[in-house]
Amino acid sequence: MAEALKVPTMAEYMAQGKKPEVLFWVGCAGSFDDRAKKITKAFVKLLHNAKVDFAVLGTEESCTGDPAKRAGNEFLFQMQAVTNIEVLNGYEIKKIVTACPHCFNTIKNEYPGLGGNYEVLHHTQFLKSLLAEGRLKVEGGKFKGKRITFHDPCYLGRGNGEYEAPRDLLRKLEVELLEMRNCKEKGMCCGAGGAQMFKEPEPGNKDVNIERTEQAMEVKPEVIAAGCPFCNTMMTDGVKGKNKEDSVEVMDVAELIANAQDL
Amino acid sequence: MQIIAQILFLIALVAGIGFFVRNIRRLIRNINLGKEIDRSDNSGERFGKMAKIALGQSKMVKRPISGFLHVIVYVGFIIINIEVLEIIIDGLFGTHRILSFMGGFYSFLIGFFEILALLVFVGVVVFWIRRNLINIYRFLGNELKGWPKNDANYILYFEMVLMILFLVMNATDYQLQLNGAPHYSSEAGIMGSFPVSQFLLPIFDGMSNATLIIIERTAWWLHILGILFFLNYLYYSKHLHILLAFPNVYYSKLQPQGEFNNLQSVTDEVKLMMDPDADPFAAPAEEEEEGEPEKFGASDVFDLNRVQLLNSYTCTECGRCTSECPANRTGKKLSPRKIMMDTRDRLEEVGEIINKKGKYEDNGKQLLGDFILEEELWACTTCNACVEACPVGIDPLSIIVEMRRYLMMEQSSAPNELAISMTNIENNGAPWPYNQQDRLNWAKEN
Repeated sequence: MAEALKVPTMAEYMAQGKKPEVLFWVGCAGSFDDRAKKITKAFVKLLHNAKVDFAVLGTEESCTGDPAKRAGNEFLFQMQAVTNIEVLNGYEIKKIVTACPHCFNTIKNEYPGLGGNYEVLHHTQFLKSLLAEGRLKVEGGKFKGKRITFHDPCYLGRGNGEYEAPRDLLRKLEVELLEMRNCKEKGMCCGAGGAQMFKEPEPGNKDVNIERTEQAMEVKPEVIAAGCPFCNTMMTDGVKGKNKEDSVEVMDVAELIANAQDL
Repeated sequence: MQIIAQILFLIALVAGIGFFVRNIRRLIRNINLGKEIDRSDNSGERFGKMAKIALGQSKMVKRPISGFLHVIVYVGFIIINIEVLEIIIDGLFGTHRILSFMGGFYSFLIGFFEILALLVFVGVVVFWIRRNLINIYRFLGNELKGWPKNDANYILYFEMVLMILFLVMNATDYQLQLNGAPHYSSEAGIMGSFPVSQFLLPIFDGMSNATLIIIERTAWWLHILGILFFLNYLYYSKHLHILLAFPNVYYSKLQPQGEFNNLQSVTDEVKLMMDPDADPFAAPAEEEEEGEPEKFGASDVFDLNRVQLLNSYTCTECGRCTSECPANRTGKKLSPRKIMMDTRDRLEEVGEIINKKGKYEDNGKQLLGDFILEEELWACTTCNACVEACPVGIDPLSIIVEMRRYLMMEQSSAPNELAISMTNIENNGAPWPYNQQDRLNWAKEN
């Protein structure tokens, strides 16, 4: 644990004349947010564990433009997109995996029209494929039998119709998978999307993340599983707001798998 | 006497349909005030979606109680309208139950219509109870106060009355047939079967044939005039979905819900900026000089596209979107249903000006500010719950985003913290003020 993680960059690969199997798009939250950085590291450990030949863009990565687009700043979004596409195409990237559903949605759906065509996977989808190929072993470990509920990220679930990949992984952990009253197509937003993460909420009688946390609490979970760094932040805050941080953990699916194996 | 009735019927029919056609033409004219959008692709997939969602009501039944009741009213409405065909022929030619030559099948049909009419009646009563007596979140919204609530109830009363008239008409007709009244009875025996209206017979017990005929004719006339009136009420009510649900689903977005369109006008500008060969001081090309520079985003209905305007006319204010909206559920001003109602109301206001003056003259109002407030727009989390919830494929989110685009790019008007994070993205490639050169620092931290 003490030694630093080995995280190769595209520039290093290029210098060696090699190409990785997949590019790991870390995203702004995964790069800078203290909580999300743990998810990034857990995912990298899983990639190493499964012997995936991957690289990151490192300092050449920049915001996908998702918050700008959702906020209505189409101009800034396209500037970001075009710049990123230039970098990605320069490295002849074919396949991208990311632990952020916002990056995932933006690169997968909105970059093609601007000249960026890649196979884009959410990390739960990628982990599921590693599992199917037998490269990754997912076992219950310490989460076996634990009460866990999955909070669907809007841009993975409704946005792109992926509800099962994270749940399949959780089932492999042999957890007791609980569904909230509002799940899958009817899953409620954590309150961070649409650039809300970067502004104060409009006046109302409750914060969205509190409402969602209350829904999660109804199923009495030991862990709320998330698949998005922003959902993670919102749900963590919500759990704290309910003074439940000692009994309920909020963890990314990748962290659950990595922790189960003591990586 | 008979010929006068036939002429009156023809006049009512022509007037009813004519007025309806006029309103539909206005509706199409209003929708065409919006921007063109090409949704002519993938017709097979679009037809499939329409068959499943509009015809098959697949999204309606996601809420079992209201969904089931709606399917009854919907099926009843469509099938009972087969009977209207006979009514029109009888009315025009002075015949009586012209389709009864079908014999046993005719009896089956009439019997089936009666059962449906009863089910529709019960369904509509339950709808009324849900709307008025039970506290259901989506029927309590502020935007439903006043006319929208009355409008919804009028429609329910109307449907109740139409069903009662249909059954009264059948009951008296049946009694007249039993009495062997001329014009009503036939040597072939009883025409039709009356599994529901037979229970109404005691009401008409002991009445003379003349009285029965007056009641039967009154019910018959009110029923058909009611249908013609209802047809024309549609345009003035929230109820156009019974027609527009079909094109609305057909033209709805096929891409993943998370995908927002890329603005071509912005792409053109970005390309120009990124092009090292572009001359920033070059005179604009000939064709560019004409017309106003393109406006980014939407501040009024003219800036929305035609599918968005069709969406607004299709909305029947059921409020499933609003009841799923995380912002609305937590007390924010945003209600996706209100976004659709406002868009329609503004479009109708514009349409009225065109009706009166022949063309649109600025009345000092626009959709943004006078109908939809910034506060509503900024409360949206773009989570797509409203889009997912809509049983007829309406996309309130696309209108919200289009209006945010106007606020951001034309007005530079955004909540302060949001504006700061935009500047951060511009300066250092992240919504927070971290240096892009530190992006890989996490790998070295323990």
